[in-house]
Amino acid sequence: MRAYPAYVAKRLVQFAVVVFIGVNLAFLITHASPIDPVEQSISAVTSFGSTSPDAIAAMRESLQELYGLKGSLTEQYITFWSRVLRGDFGPSLSAFPTPVSTLIWRALPWTAGLLITSTVITWVLGNLLGGLAGYYQRSRTLKVLGVVAMGIHPIPYYIVALILLVVFGFLWPVLPITGGAAMNLQQGWNWPFVSSVLLHSILPALSLILIGLGSWFLGMRSLVSNIVTEDYVVYGEIAGLDSRRILASYVMRNALAPQVTGLAMSLGGIFNGAVITEKVFGYPGVGTLLVDAVYAGDYGLVLGVTTVSILGVSLGVLVIDLLYPLIDPRVELR
Amino acid sequence: MLAILRDLIRYNVEFRIGLALIVIVLVMAGLSFVSPYPPADVYVVPPDVPPSSAYWLGTTSRGQDVFWQLTFAIRNTLTFGIMVAALSRVIALVVGLLAGYSGGWIDRVLMSVNDTFIIIPLFPILILFYFVLRDSMSTPLLAVIMAGLGWAYDARLIRSVALSLKTREFTETSAFSGMRTHEILSREHLPYVLPIVFSTTMNNMNWSIGLEVTLAVLGFTDINTPTIGGMIYWANQHTALVAGIWWWIAFPVLLVVMTFVGLFLLAVSMNEYIDPRSRLARMGGAR
Repeated sequence: MRAYPAYVAKRLVQFAVVVFIGVNLAFLITHASPIDPVEQSISAVTSFGSTSPDAIAAMRESLQELYGLKGSLTEQYITFWSRVLRGDFGPSLSAFPTPVSTLIWRALPWTAGLLITSTVITWVLGNLLGGLAGYYQRSRTLKVLGVVAMGIHPIPYYIVALILLVVFGFLWPVLPITGGAAMNLQQGWNWPFVSSVLLHSILPALSLILIGLGSWFLGMRSLVSNIVTEDYVVYGEIAGLDSRRILASYVMRNALAPQVTGLAMSLGGIFNGAVITEKVFGYPGVGTLLVDAVYAGDYGLVLGVTTVSILGVSLGVLVIDLLYPLIDPRVELR
Repeated sequence: MLAILRDLIRYNVEFRIGLALIVIVLVMAGLSFVSPYPPADVYVVPPDVPPSSAYWLGTTSRGQDVFWQLTFAIRNTLTFGIMVAALSRVIALVVGLLAGYSGGWIDRVLMSVNDTFIIIPLFPILILFYFVLRDSMSTPLLAVIMAGLGWAYDARLIRSVALSLKTREFTETSAFSGMRTHEILSREHLPYVLPIVFSTTMNNMNWSIGLEVTLAVLGFTDINTPTIGGMIYWANQHTALVAGIWWWIAFPVLLVVMTFVGLFLLAVSMNEYIDPRSRLARMGGAR
């Protein structure tokens, strides 16, 4: 157990580096751009009717204050970081005067729920089926499953979501295709609302699962089909061990470690997929919030959602990394 | 080179299917050079005509022939994918080879940055780019941005090979014979990692085309350049699905799915060919 603190320290440093680079990237993109968000907002406001120059000057002043674009670049940089650390991105322009952080907090449970549920289902199911396919290589069903996985896996999230939308929205309209829950229900822990939430989440979750399944399936299958040729597996077979026990405790147990690392590495990509899937199905999470904020020209909201997603995904990776020694105890011996 | 191709076609079903799909896609892209209509013109044919002998894949609500529009779209989409792949290969090679060969603090710093780019969700970053650039966001600029974001995964792969090359005898021989670092990397190590570079190119193209389609569908790219995502964007703008103009969406989706599956199968079969163990198993040799 001695090496675990050192491992945790290393992971925490990596987490800090990711957040530092990510937040700096967001600052750099927004401040190195040739387009001034303040002038953009002003021109959007003043395009209808005439506004007095005094009012425009006052507006410019308060918008600069609001966006944290006041003073020198160094001052702006410090303001930016203090806002990130306080979680305060000012009021949203499209939903004035609701603070950006309130909007994000409202959307976050939807995204987190959808993302965590579908990722866990995908990972467990994909690895289980992939492990079986790698071990029982003669099974025809599992072979067909491999072909299907290969066919669906490379297609981007948007296309799969669109196909599901067409199939279940137009051709065979049995599932709700938009929103997070029926509008006319009292939000809370009552059965009509919860069942409505579950029903509405089927299609977004299904499109995330369909795509994700392929990569875990294919990865696990090739890992397992390499491991079954190892001497210790052959020895177990000769010793007459139950084949299910060989598969579960010797083969798949060893293949699990790289798949956990893989999960940490692909979390960002899964999040990207969730953003677009949410938008396709009008799911009220941060993805829809982000895209709508761009359409509305809401600077604070776009920046806020971007920063929060960087923080959220790196936090998710950190959690997986900290749990990793449970799967692979060798970490503690290094 | 030809012998490799012959072996792959003879022994590998995935490669045969992938190759067939990509050839169809390439022929489509090539046909754009003989298109009777310029890509940007609208109302050159009667709008909303279903697929028929006169208009094979129908026409759009904007009065464009879906077939010829599709040839331009797939050409631009493929060009975009190749641009991103080429640029990001250069970054991945430099970072991967340098980190693997140098080791020490150079390796640690490069891999820290590398892991950051793997972890960070890139889609919000790309949306942020579009948000601040707006109309200045052109297709080549988007390609440069995506290449700058999408090299990390492959750099890690190249580094792992470079790490093992470093301990090989020929590396020491070349170092002792006075070759400089960049000479060792480009003349001695580069040939060994080229096969991986080829197979990651396909996967990287899938990644970048997928993101481009997604961004274009939302209207976050230069929507006046016809691309596959751009076609779906315009179809959505004209509510093609509700209006029953299904061919405007179905054929771009079909073609881009063919591209994705084709590129993926080529990458998978190449990966398998690179690994001699699985190649022998496939050819019926000893396991």
